[in-house]
Amino acid sequence: MNDSVIKTLAVSFLVCLFCSLVVSYAAVSLRDMQNLNKLNDQRIKILKTAAIYSPDESIESQFARLTPKFVNFSTGDLLDEYGDYDINTYDPVYFSKQPEHSSPIPASEDIAIVKNKENIGKIYLLIDSSQNLEKVILPIRGYGLWGTLFGYIAIDKDLNTIRGLEFYAHKETPGLGAEVDNPKWKSLWDGKSIYKDGEVEIEVIKGKVDPSNQMASYQVDGLSGATLTSRGVTNMLLFWFGKSGYKETLKNINYDS
Amino acid sequence: MTVKQYKQILSKPLLEENPITLQILGICSALAVTSNLSVTLVMCVALTSVVSFSNLFISIIRNYIPSSVRIIVQMTIIASLVIVVDELLKAYDYETSKKLSVFVGLIITNCIVMGRAEAFAMKEKPFVSFLDGLGNGLGYSIILIAVAVVRELFGAGTLMGYEILPLVSNGGWYPANNLLLLPPSSFILIGLMIWGIRAYKKDQIEPNEYKLSSHATAPDLTKRELNV
Repeated sequence: MNDSVIKTLAVSFLVCLFCSLVVSYAAVSLRDMQNLNKLNDQRIKILKTAAIYSPDESIESQFARLTPKFVNFSTGDLLDEYGDYDINTYDPVYFSKQPEHSSPIPASEDIAIVKNKENIGKIYLLIDSSQNLEKVILPIRGYGLWGTLFGYIAIDKDLNTIRGLEFYAHKETPGLGAEVDNPKWKSLWDGKSIYKDGEVEIEVIKGKVDPSNQMASYQVDGLSGATLTSRGVTNMLLFWFGKSGYKETLKNINYDS
Repeated sequence: MTVKQYKQILSKPLLEENPITLQILGICSALAVTSNLSVTLVMCVALTSVVSFSNLFISIIRNYIPSSVRIIVQMTIIASLVIVVDELLKAYDYETSKKLSVFVGLIITNCIVMGRAEAFAMKEKPFVSFLDGLGNGLGYSIILIAVAVVRELFGAGTLMGYEILPLVSNGGWYPANNLLLLPPSSFILIGLMIWGIRAYKKDQIEPNEYKLSSHATAPDLTKRELNV
């Protein structure tokens, strides 16, 4: 009698009802924890970029050392407020996908294939106890080989020297392009310079950097077997430190006051 | 059933009737999530718990499932379990869940889970079905862990993230084998394992489905006369 229409419908309905209850209970009861994980994951990356992360301290209190600021990309101004948005939860990547909060980048300027850029970005300032600027942490993103790499770059108070680079999401090939996560490669960035006479000169080159080369402080070793990922990282830096990126903003950061 | 039979149900899928090496099921996740041992372990726990509990729940209601919709009912139960596992991972082991990404969700389509539900849980009592699921999950895990150990150790020089063979690129002596970090290498490793197991257990060798005809030389087309 299992195959009567009524029984088929009744069993299907009961199974679906029970399963949906279990699934929704799991989803709702774990949501807070999942959101916290997501947020902390990002924060750890930012702290690591700034090189102030220690796993023993609470992420919350470490993150409080950073001051977030809104950035108006068209004027280069640093803002404390933008509409009604809370600066702590503002997510520039999300807003880059909202047509009313972003603008498409003309193909001729879009060297890093970012496609849409948010009108208002968010950066972090690391300010020491005597109110002096220590570092600036900027979010960057751009296309590698298989997809967009998302990361943060930290620069020193001279606004020209790189202090750290971290990627929090990418789809590059394990063992080749995914070596952007290799601590040894990331450590090569410390101390490299970005601008020379106002132009972005920093570059990931093919092969190893020759230290006697006068451009050595603008060059980083390429990732072997990952030419396209290396080129992607270079383009990303060219874009974000160029006119359509943070170039104007960096001129406005003056934290001596 | 006796304790001995229970033990047999649990141990048979480990080597003799291993879902991966004998039935060649569940290969896609074996390729995708075995480049790193700690990720593989989480995947093994996820699959083993899904296949055990889906077998258990399906077996409990097996006498009430109308045969016309039985696959859908099985899928509903399996999919719900997978979503719960995925949510738990996102809440308690975010790092690993990020690395596993879609592959936890893809347990839904893992042939081992469906296969055991249809072949075993629909006919047997709940407890033995649970054991059968557990055994098959463990059989899957053994192969995955073996593949992951080889891939991570010889591909990246580490195990569970701890350095075992210091890499040349980090100033050590071991030149990493990058092929092992790419998914196709698991095909080669699983192939070698199947070869090894079948050389030892000859009854697993399948009879040929066809016979090669003897070699013949091709006719010389240049000398063929045209039939106009």
